[in-house]
Amino acid sequence: MSITAEQGEVQKPNGPAAAVILAAGIGAFVLGLLATLNEASSGINDFLRFADDVGPLSGKTIIASAAFFVAWAVFGFLWRGRDVAWRPVLTATVVLLALGLLGTFPTFFEAFAD
Amino acid sequence: MELSNREFWTLIHGMVLGALFLLAFSGGLAGIYSFKAEWVTTTGIRERITRLRYGIVLMALVAWGTVVTGTWIVYPWYRENLSEVGDERYAGCEGLQAPGTTCSPRDFLLSGVSGDTESWHTFAFEWKEHVAWFAPMLATAAAFVVVYYGSSLAQSPFLRKLVIWLFAGAFVVAGIAGLMGALVTKTAPIT
Repeated sequence: MSITAEQGEVQKPNGPAAAVILAAGIGAFVLGLLATLNEASSGINDFLRFADDVGPLSGKTIIASAAFFVAWAVFGFLWRGRDVAWRPVLTATVVLLALGLLGTFPTFFEAFAD
Repeated sequence: MELSNREFWTLIHGMVLGALFLLAFSGGLAGIYSFKAEWVTTTGIRERITRLRYGIVLMALVAWGTVVTGTWIVYPWYRENLSEVGDERYAGCEGLQAPGTTCSPRDFLLSGVSGDTESWHTFAFEWKEHVAWFAPMLATAAAFVVVYYGSSLAQSPFLRKLVIWLFAGAFVVAGIAGLMGALVTKTAPIT
């Protein structure tokens, strides 16, 4: 059990909860990465235009959402019924969220404009 | 008094779904923060966890609804290319004081026909349209943790803090998106 007595006794394994939290970080990171790549490459910009009236935002958000749900499913399966250490999962999530925020910040991604 | 189709969906996106998420945050936060075994009776825990579960799942669904309606219904109207005439990219915006049938809100902001408005699109809207999508992912994570652990949350300050951080993160990014959206709409409304 990853949760210590001081943190409170909880009988369920934390794997499924860790999976969705890490997945949120992965989804955010993918969105940030795509926002930046979209500016850096006209080819990627064209690829991300899944719907003409929405433009490249359609591809960015569909792929990022898919990354979130797929990562949740994969880690949820791998960590089903298991306890995982919280610290590396939360550290990775915070780093991924921070990178995602950076990648979606206009001043940052416009610096890569093609 | 009537609303056009575009005004209706803009209202659903911003004032109904978006505002509901932001307003419900304080109630959800208070509910999770005070969900402590030492503060609530056993009966109270059972009653409150049911409310918390439904409430936070509803908030996650509302967050997804907000970004989906915003991106797939409202955003295409915002970014329509209406103003291009020949080689003149913003010809349809000339002389306008607000977006109209020949000038979409994005074109209006980029054209600069009513002042220095370009950054409302290149910074405010560009930030909003991306960062808003973090909110449903974080809210879904918070909702799953609440549903998964249920009453056990009352025993674990660590898990409650985790939910609060996820929930607060969703609120902050939704707040940024909502604020930017409101400011852009004030300058260049979708009509």
